[in-house]
Amino acid sequence: MTNAEKLALQKHACRIRIGVIESTHSAKCGHPGGSLSIAEVLSFLYFREMRVDPAHPDWPERDRLVLSKGHAAPALYAALAERGFFPTEELLTLRQMGSRLQGHPNMNTVPGVDMSTGSLGQGISAACGMALGAKVKGLDDVRVYAIVGDGEIEEGECWEAFMFASHYKLDNLCVFLDLNHLQIDGSIEQVMNSAPQDKKLEAFGFKVLSIDGHDYDQIEAAVEAFHAEKGRPTFIILNTTKGKGVSYMENAVDWHGKAPGDADYATAMDELKAALAQLEKEEG
Amino acid sequence: MAEVKKIATRDSYGATLRELAAEHPELVVLDADLSAATRTSMFQAVAPERFFDCGIAEANMIGVAAGLSTMGLTPFVSSFAMFAAARAYEQILNSIAYPHLNVKIGASHGGISVGEDGASHQCCEDFALMRSLPGMTVICPSDDIEARAAVRAAYEMEGPVYLRFGRLAVPVFHDPDHYTFTIGKGEKVTEGNDIAIIATGLEVNEARIAAEHLAAQGIGARVLNIHTIKPLDEDLILDAARDCRMVITCEEHSVIGGLGEAVCSLLSEKMPVPVRRIGVQDRFACSAPAWDLIHAFGLDAATIEKTAHEMLGY
Repeated sequence: MTNAEKLALQKHACRIRIGVIESTHSAKCGHPGGSLSIAEVLSFLYFREMRVDPAHPDWPERDRLVLSKGHAAPALYAALAERGFFPTEELLTLRQMGSRLQGHPNMNTVPGVDMSTGSLGQGISAACGMALGAKVKGLDDVRVYAIVGDGEIEEGECWEAFMFASHYKLDNLCVFLDLNHLQIDGSIEQVMNSAPQDKKLEAFGFKVLSIDGHDYDQIEAAVEAFHAEKGRPTFIILNTTKGKGVSYMENAVDWHGKAPGDADYATAMDELKAALAQLEKEEG
Repeated sequence: MAEVKKIATRDSYGATLRELAAEHPELVVLDADLSAATRTSMFQAVAPERFFDCGIAEANMIGVAAGLSTMGLTPFVSSFAMFAAARAYEQILNSIAYPHLNVKIGASHGGISVGEDGASHQCCEDFALMRSLPGMTVICPSDDIEARAAVRAAYEMEGPVYLRFGRLAVPVFHDPDHYTFTIGKGEKVTEGNDIAIIATGLEVNEARIAAEHLAAQGIGARVLNIHTIKPLDEDLILDAARDCRMVITCEEHSVIGGLGEAVCSLLSEKMPVPVRRIGVQDRFACSAPAWDLIHAFGLDAATIEKTAHEMLGY
């Protein structure tokens, strides 16, 4: 990846973060913390990796993304808008009556959303079904990505799905774990410790990689390893910071499911706009 | 009475899936380690590349089916009613019903006629659970002929369908040459204007037997076969209530939330008439041979006949 390419992705991630802050501020509710932690992986997937076509969101041979941690919908919506699936201005309708942008993703209302999610543990099963379906239909180029949360994997269904993915050798399935260490009631280590995630997933039969989830070079290398892997699914642990990019939200459990008020909104926007300006300056 | 052929509707299910395998390459079948009992093994035998055992993990199986359907395939997922409708209820709600995906849930071992396995395996709550889901079609066929037609109709329609099949071999009373099945359209099994008996599943044949006995006593019982619990055939039921002025509902299900309450909801709003609900009376059943349970829990023809007498003031 060239520096220019990386800068372009960083700008996309920054605009996704701005979309998260603007939409949750407008809605006066929503989940900014776990949305901000996945801005890099979403920008990488939608602007470098996935074969999708905003003009034809239902293209059968597209790659799929299932946001199993569906409460991070603000990030998914911002990424889809940034990619051109719908107008960015629509982000301000998040969670309002009549909006397509439901509190959790609805595949039937939002172009580009591949699966309705929100009830934790269920999206990963659907992603397994998509990967299996691609094999049944002989769609060899189709790759399926899923993003699960570190709190989410406390759901037993996730482990049923991991067992299934391995059993059916779904090497077209890549699962990202957003390991930001925080869930609603506290740190995952305090609430219900799912560690060691890497050893558990290896034991379940996955190819496992653990990377800095905010580093594009590492994300790219891990996804390339997924491409090369045959006969088993891939699990990429994204070591991330919840609330990444907004100083007062970083590693703060309070910002899991709370929208910024006007003053906090102004601070967040100042920070993100400054970051964007800095990237543009570096770009020259 | 001449010897009547008996077939369990789960056998009809497996046999029809086996037929559909050759006709529809988009059909895929999933099971949760019960393929021998649900009879999806009959599909597996002819189309192993489109059969996926999900192991004893029903929640994931439902989600996998949802994902398969988004890829343009038509999944039938099977387990016992207890583990499909009840255990995986919230997965069916959020991963199938809410996105309105084209997944068919073929649940065998519905009701108390499961028999000896006992209450832990006798699902008498599945109609209630599945009826409550927006957009879900709920079907409970009464015999082999109807079950075969129902499976085909479910395949042909777009959208989620819950099909309930039984473990117990039950009499085949439909004439395959003169039977047509339409989802949402009930069947008038007997004519009569004295009392309406509205039944589903294996209770339809019990109602037929009761109606024969009542006819011999000069009582005209109109038996309706409501194979589609949802959407309910309101016109057929309202006509029967209007003509007969009293109604008995019969189902191998709790009296809470099933056909009886669906009929009561309809009639209380549009045609209030006295109704008696025959079903499992808000209790768990127990281990016993199926017919012993059907008699003991008051789901047999004799109970229907007795209830008709009570309502008619005999």
